[in-house]
Amino acid sequence: MIPAAFAYHRPSSLNEAINLLAKHGDEARVVAGGHSLIPMMKLRLAAPQHLVDLQDLAELRRIDSDGTMLVIGAMTTQQEILASGLLAGKCPILGDAAAQIADPQVRNCGTIGGNVANGDPGNDMPAVMLALDAIYRVTGPGGSRDIPARQFYQGTFVTALKEGEILQSIRIPTPVPGHGAAYEKQKRKIGDYATAAAAVVLTLQGGTCTAAAIALTNLGDTPLNAVAAAQALVGSKLDSVAVAAAVKQARAIARPASDGRGPADYRTHVAGIMVARAIAKAKARAA
Amino acid sequence: MQKMHVKLTVNGREVEALAEPRTLLIHFLREQLSLTGAHIGCDTSHCGACTIDLNGKSVKSCTVFVAQANGAKVTTIEGMAAADGTLHPLQEAFREHHGLQCGFCTPGMITRAWRLLQENPNPTEAEIRMGISGNLCRCTGYQNIVKAIRAAAERLQSTKEAAE
Amino acid sequence: MSANPESAEARKQKLEGLGTKRKRVEDARFTQGKGHYVDDMKLPGMLFGDFVRSAYGHARIKAIRKDKALALPGVKAVLTAEELKPLKLHYMPTLAGDVQAVLADGKVLFQGQEIAFVIAEDRYIAADAVELIEVEYEELPALVDPTKAMAADAPVLREDLQGKTSGAHGPRKHHNHIFTWEVGDAAGTAKAFKDAPVTVKEMITYQRVHPCPIETCGCVASMDKINGQLTVWGTFQAPHAVRTVASLISGIPEHKIRIISPDIGGGFGNKVGVYPGYICSIVASIVTGVPVKWIEDRSENLLATAFARDYHMTGEIAATKEGRITGLRCHVLADHGAFDACADPTKYPAGFFNICTGSYDIPVAHLTVDGVYTNKAPGGVAYRCSFRVTEASYMIERMIDILARKLNLDPAEVRKRNFIRKEQFPYQSALGWEYDSGDYHTALEKALKTVNYTGLREEQRKNREAFARGETRKLMGIGVSFFTEIVGAGPIKNCDILGLGMFDSCEIRVHPTGSAIARLGTISQGQGHATTFAQIIASEIGIPAANITVEEGDTDTAPYGLGTYGSRSTPVAGAATAMAGRKIRAKAQMIAAYLLEVHDDDLEWDIDRFRVKGAPERFKTMAELAFSAYNKVPPGMEPGLEAVSYYDPPNMTYPFGAYICVADIDVDTGVTEIRRFYALDDCGTRINPMIIEGQVHGGLTEALAIAMGQEMHYDELGNLKNSTLMDYFLPTAVETPVWETDFTVTPSPHHPIGAKGVGESPNVGGVSAFSNAVNDAFAHLGLTHTQMPHDHWRVWKTAERLKLTA
Repeated sequence: MIPAAFAYHRPSSLNEAINLLAKHGDEARVVAGGHSLIPMMKLRLAAPQHLVDLQDLAELRRIDSDGTMLVIGAMTTQQEILASGLLAGKCPILGDAAAQIADPQVRNCGTIGGNVANGDPGNDMPAVMLALDAIYRVTGPGGSRDIPARQFYQGTFVTALKEGEILQSIRIPTPVPGHGAAYEKQKRKIGDYATAAAAVVLTLQGGTCTAAAIALTNLGDTPLNAVAAAQALVGSKLDSVAVAAAVKQARAIARPASDGRGPADYRTHVAGIMVARAIAKAKARAA
Repeated sequence: MQKMHVKLTVNGREVEALAEPRTLLIHFLREQLSLTGAHIGCDTSHCGACTIDLNGKSVKSCTVFVAQANGAKVTTIEGMAAADGTLHPLQEAFREHHGLQCGFCTPGMITRAWRLLQENPNPTEAEIRMGISGNLCRCTGYQNIVKAIRAAAERLQSTKEAAE
Repeated sequence: MSANPESAEARKQKLEGLGTKRKRVEDARFTQGKGHYVDDMKLPGMLFGDFVRSAYGHARIKAIRKDKALALPGVKAVLTAEELKPLKLHYMPTLAGDVQAVLADGKVLFQGQEIAFVIAEDRYIAADAVELIEVEYEELPALVDPTKAMAADAPVLREDLQGKTSGAHGPRKHHNHIFTWEVGDAAGTAKAFKDAPVTVKEMITYQRVHPCPIETCGCVASMDKINGQLTVWGTFQAPHAVRTVASLISGIPEHKIRIISPDIGGGFGNKVGVYPGYICSIVASIVTGVPVKWIEDRSENLLATAFARDYHMTGEIAATKEGRITGLRCHVLADHGAFDACADPTKYPAGFFNICTGSYDIPVAHLTVDGVYTNKAPGGVAYRCSFRVTEASYMIERMIDILARKLNLDPAEVRKRNFIRKEQFPYQSALGWEYDSGDYHTALEKALKTVNYTGLREEQRKNREAFARGETRKLMGIGVSFFTEIVGAGPIKNCDILGLGMFDSCEIRVHPTGSAIARLGTISQGQGHATTFAQIIASEIGIPAANITVEEGDTDTAPYGLGTYGSRSTPVAGAATAMAGRKIRAKAQMIAAYLLEVHDDDLEWDIDRFRVKGAPERFKTMAELAFSAYNKVPPGMEPGLEAVSYYDPPNMTYPFGAYICVADIDVDTGVTEIRRFYALDDCGTRINPMIIEGQVHGGLTEALAIAMGQEMHYDELGNLKNSTLMDYFLPTAVETPVWETDFTVTPSPHHPIGAKGVGESPNVGGVSAFSNAVNDAFAHLGLTHTQMPHDHWRVWKTAERLKLTA
């Protein structure tokens, strides 16, 4: 319940934050919304000696469009995503997922940056980012670089982020006409991590699926990009045969833990149900 | 255990204190400011009994360091009633509709409902239930809490309309 | 006399007596954050205590190294069993006749068991110190499966009981055996089964769960060395019993101990027993000379405090082909964890499980219960259970449905055929209880009619056909539960806790200007006693409830009582309240007769006054009589107007109810949606309908949680998998359905105001209704019984076994 002691820093610019991380190395951690890190610190599973608070970094708070990309600052909260008219209009799958993360209080603090960057396989946004083919812009002592979400996740709490780097923003290709997307999540109760969840992004032209992406939450060490499952939909009219094939392929890559949410075979089964339901919803939205 | 100087506005009053950065805001409020209305009911940020209002948002104060709240504006249950002691319509509605029994979740619940009604002055039952999904109660089964929040919403709406 | 007499109705309303939906007096402080709970207390010089707890389920302790902790600035002391042994406090007696380690002595027996108690200047330093204490363990094989507890090669758990072939409840047949309890007629029951055309048998598990009130357990202990007075504020559902036990084990005389239960944030049976934290805080205060506070975390609460249930019940019914039950047999394997710390009346090691004949007229029955030790937390009786009534009711209500299924009869119909009839009350059950009153047929008919049961079964028939045709992937289930529970412990002749008879008490003192104060031996944890007991008094003595202060929980001022749990406050303390009120009214009558210069018998009571029969304009109100009591009483009578009643109830009370649950199960995901829940309760006289409704809502929500997702699951190494609110299911407002409540009124004939109590009924009846609904959804496909909790994966596994899944 009580975390270990630390020295507290509140930089007022991204550069200052990066310099602090460079100075303290692996003794330092950033805190964004704090609702993943602080619970771990209270359990003493994390005990950084230096905490770098990012709340004053105005450059990390933004939701806008630069023409072809939607740009979301890393410190944007889940609640701000839910409240954004721009995102509701252009990319509603983000709101689908945000609304099912935790509860209102946690959403007021929890950031999209924290949710995508800490490498917790239970987090919901990473699968959404995989399905949207998002790009993470990270900044470190050597400057900024872009990492595709699909190359970011390496293992449980292991990502492509190097020591001293901070996620700055997420860039999502602005969905084109004919786009439909949905996030279907089964959970034990509202706000729980997923028993199984699927993000599906489709493009339909004249009733035929011309592009698709499917990604899975909490069914492995990382979010899973179900490439073969998505392929099974491309060129089809999203009929029951195509959907069944996608479901089968998605289940084939799922490797969930057996835990309180259920044994692995059950969770794999549900993964398929979530894929099917997300496809149906995405299809309806694309119409 | 180096302490830092913190300054916050709590229920409209400026407070200053020395505290370790790791001091959880809930402990700071309860122990250093003796505002014992908000309570601790869990250790994993689930129960919501510690809910307060931080810079205009409902926040679980057990998951915030007082260091992070330095410079912030905080409202707790102790700040719900008016300065002359007139209860907020939510406080009256909870009593009117039996929206509490042991009272332990009540401060967090009312503080959350207070902000919920500012965000959404006319919530449906489903919106109320989602809106308080971060506040657990073991005594009431939520039904009368929802009734109380609905009643307060109506009263606040009609007061607003009367004033306009 | 007044110029404009108020109408009788107006005078009655002013009282806010029995039957009124009186708003609660407690709410003023709770809605303003001015409640006074244990952790709100701050005393000068107060220190904070915190535990080092076992990481293992079963292990020897090879060493405990405290030096780094003791070196931390702000740490005052570290207690282990070594420090408690000279005081003989390293073990404490439990409420079930066993002993429990206060601090582990040489070995640990469950994960989370207390090993050392750190005392420090504040809770942050205490937490840091806990991290610095090193414990060296030697792991031992953990025993977590109660069915293996009495195997020949089962590990020895309780070395402190080595060689003891009998315990508090009789002979012990194995080193992990605690007791065998047997009730009923073995031979008669065996014959009924031999002769029966139909028998059913099923193993029904009621899984281990935990009451999990939002406020955890805690205390502030303060030993005043100068006047030798120990004061302990704490989360105590039975403050007087705690005082007596504390005196017996500490040697401090009882008149020098003051126990205070302040506001309590939910009890549900979790706060009845005495925990190591209380003992260690008391010792720490004696040692340091200052107050010591101990407040546990949520994970500590779930790991180490009183769990509930963990009953493995084999039920058997013998019946005719028409579904008329001719015999009931039940064997229970009871998992008590590492120490038998059950809060049961002394003579009942399995509580009142022998209420398991339920609402049914069963001519012969036989029950055996075997309690065993395992490497799990101690306890068992808690969580709105009325001493195992939840378990008993669940068993019989499932068995009725299983019998119905076997005979292809409707479950409501089988109940009707077996109900105890109204004219059979008071009814002697085959397992030894005398049920006070009931009208089951009326209640069930009202319930069935209100929900249109016939229509629901017709809808279900159509749903099953549609499912078979592949038109829907949802199966509809209807769960009927008709429970009779036994509460109000109880008559001293058979109910005591550690020798303290389970009477209860009320003391009322009326002030000269017509208001009053009452104190009781019970203690509210949210039930609203300050509001409802004033209503009883108002109706008895004619003073408005608003003018009556009700206090509980301070052993220095409250008359002795056995506390609040098992729905006993209304049946026992409520009776004492009425009796004390009647004593006051009787004295007031004599004063009124004296003042009005008539004979006592010439007066009649009229709501708030005594008036002369035949001359109603001549009267004296209770308010007037109160003042007279202080200056004008009949010669030979003492002045003052007060009374106390210690009430030994002649019997328990038997609330009952009819609950109906309609559920829709998504066969592809195992998700169950509760479409409708109707609860009809009969708790006899209804003191405050608003509060009754609140109790039912809350109890049904707890029942939902138990039936649909709660479990305290230990893996094979003895690790508890549900020690946080991430993994222990507490429903939010989103998962909780809308509850429809209804009632009938069948007063208790032996209770002064006919009231029976209601707090635990919804948990007793609710779990069966949910579970019967889930089982019913699959019954037509061959399912006999599926175990709780009915969480998503288990329901799906049932569907998979029945070959329904895609």
